[in-house]
Amino acid sequence: MGDGTRVDVSELEQMARRCRVDIVKMTHSAKSGHPGGSLSAIDCMVAIYGTCLRFDTSNPDWEDRDRFIMSKGHASPAMYSILHQMGVLDEGDIMGFRTLGSVCQGHVDMNWTKGVDFSAGSLGMGLSFGLGCAIAAKMDSSDRKIWVMLGDGETQEGQIWEAAMAAKYHNATNLRAIVDRNRIQNDDFMNVQMEIGDIGEKFRSFGWTVKEVDGHDMSSLVDVVDWANSEDGGPVAIVANTIKGNGVSFMENNPSFHGKAPNDEELRIALEELS
Amino acid sequence: MSAPSSGGASRDGYGKGLLRIAQDPRVVVLEADLGKSTKSCHFRDEYPDRTVSLGIAEQNMMLVAAGMASSGKIPFASTFAIFTERAFEQVRNGIARPGLPVHICGSHGGIHTGTDGSSAQSIEDLAIYRTIPNMTVIHPCDDISAEELTSQLVDLNGPSYMRTARNKVPRLYEDGSKLRIGSGSVLREGGDLAIISCGVMVGVAISAAETLSSEGISCTVVDMHTIKPLDVELIAKLSDSCGAFVTAEDHSVIGGLGGALSEWLSTNTSTPLEMVGVRDRFGQSGASSELMELMGLNEVGICEAARRAISRKL
Repeated sequence: MGDGTRVDVSELEQMARRCRVDIVKMTHSAKSGHPGGSLSAIDCMVAIYGTCLRFDTSNPDWEDRDRFIMSKGHASPAMYSILHQMGVLDEGDIMGFRTLGSVCQGHVDMNWTKGVDFSAGSLGMGLSFGLGCAIAAKMDSSDRKIWVMLGDGETQEGQIWEAAMAAKYHNATNLRAIVDRNRIQNDDFMNVQMEIGDIGEKFRSFGWTVKEVDGHDMSSLVDVVDWANSEDGGPVAIVANTIKGNGVSFMENNPSFHGKAPNDEELRIALEELS
Repeated sequence: MSAPSSGGASRDGYGKGLLRIAQDPRVVVLEADLGKSTKSCHFRDEYPDRTVSLGIAEQNMMLVAAGMASSGKIPFASTFAIFTERAFEQVRNGIARPGLPVHICGSHGGIHTGTDGSSAQSIEDLAIYRTIPNMTVIHPCDDISAEELTSQLVDLNGPSYMRTARNKVPRLYEDGSKLRIGSGSVLREGGDLAIISCGVMVGVAISAAETLSSEGISCTVVDMHTIKPLDVELIAKLSDSCGAFVTAEDHSVIGGLGGALSEWLSTNTSTPLEMVGVRDRFGQSGASSELMELMGLNEVGICEAARRAISRKL
């Protein structure tokens, strides 16, 4: 994985399941963090890391690696679980999540964690950063590709659309955004807080090529990631329809698990469901 | 000091500085529809393939610069000083926190900007950028020093903010003058008082020092072009040798050069300090000279502050 070699779908599904176990365990251990948006994003991330992202686990700083920009930086447990499953982080690293001196900071941070390409935590900035990486890659005549994971809530930030406009203007054919469309944000459901509407259509109107996908169907995800990876008419956006908290029954579609860790009993149930 | 040859605006120096370092292929320029004003346009004319136009969207520009810096480039991103502030949090979280070498230039800083009025006259930029860890904050006084300091940024392994001014002022440096980021330049020496100034106020400080000299007050004048990190070694030395300070800046008296000096002096010495700057108020439209008079950013203001500082000497 990570070197461009394709793996079969059931293997990816198993990896996603192991990542979910990591996510609930590390948020439980930290007694804080964001399990809901990590569980909704994880299948998309596994599909990207597991099939096409050029990334050398033994040399995470490799200059010509593809970049993965975790713009929704609060879903850091998802990022750390991937790096754990790929062998970049160990069990001790991820279980130190959110504690003093830990390489697993509350929000993803490129200076603290090997394999993290962007210091996030403030929403709306990752697409611009990814565009900067994309422009630099083109200047260097490198074929490295830039993936940006966005939350649907963060598309309320105006900067996302500044970046969307600029990406088309600069013909960023090497830029791919994937939107975790889980329809829940911090305070409540998006349609209560500020419904953004048809995100795909909005990206299309800025000149992007867009596809929608079931963000928890690994087979469909592998197909759409494969399409996006080879599409050269970009920039490309994938809107992944997801369920916040996916895989843990009591967290699913439940706004209260946006930023709340499972307690001991909830962890027990979650691990049982993920076993 | 020899008499200034003629006038130069620090924004012109920034434009020339970019050209001077253009041979380094890592240098890229980012613009937000104000390249003609900030003078990055000259780089664009010569190196269009290394110039990125981001439109009127400063927040996006700052993070595009960060992304490019993370990919090995050395981005120089400019707009008006006041509009960099729109992207303050982007600079804080996206550039300075990861310590990426992005060099931001805010032109048209200060009241000196003039007729555009208060919306364009940033009087707080030095203060706000100074509060961010990892940031180097620079404000040159003329075009020659701005060119030299801009060219040195390419070797600075971290983020910076440079404020430049719109209007020409008398040149205080000559080509080839030696000055270094982080080291205040002593332009005149005297033993009674040190005037620490930056930007367009450096020339005014020199005039004031001449006036004070005729009253028997002998002043050191420092061009403190680097506000952060502050050259505290020089300040400590002048505290001993002069025993009184005046700061002079086209910026709020809250948090800028005066603020920086007062923080250090009050915790390390009992040396008196008087500040000349904008007294916590907004500007308005008017000629630069009229506005500087209105705000007390003039020779009279510095001389009065100097007499007050000397009267407070222990």
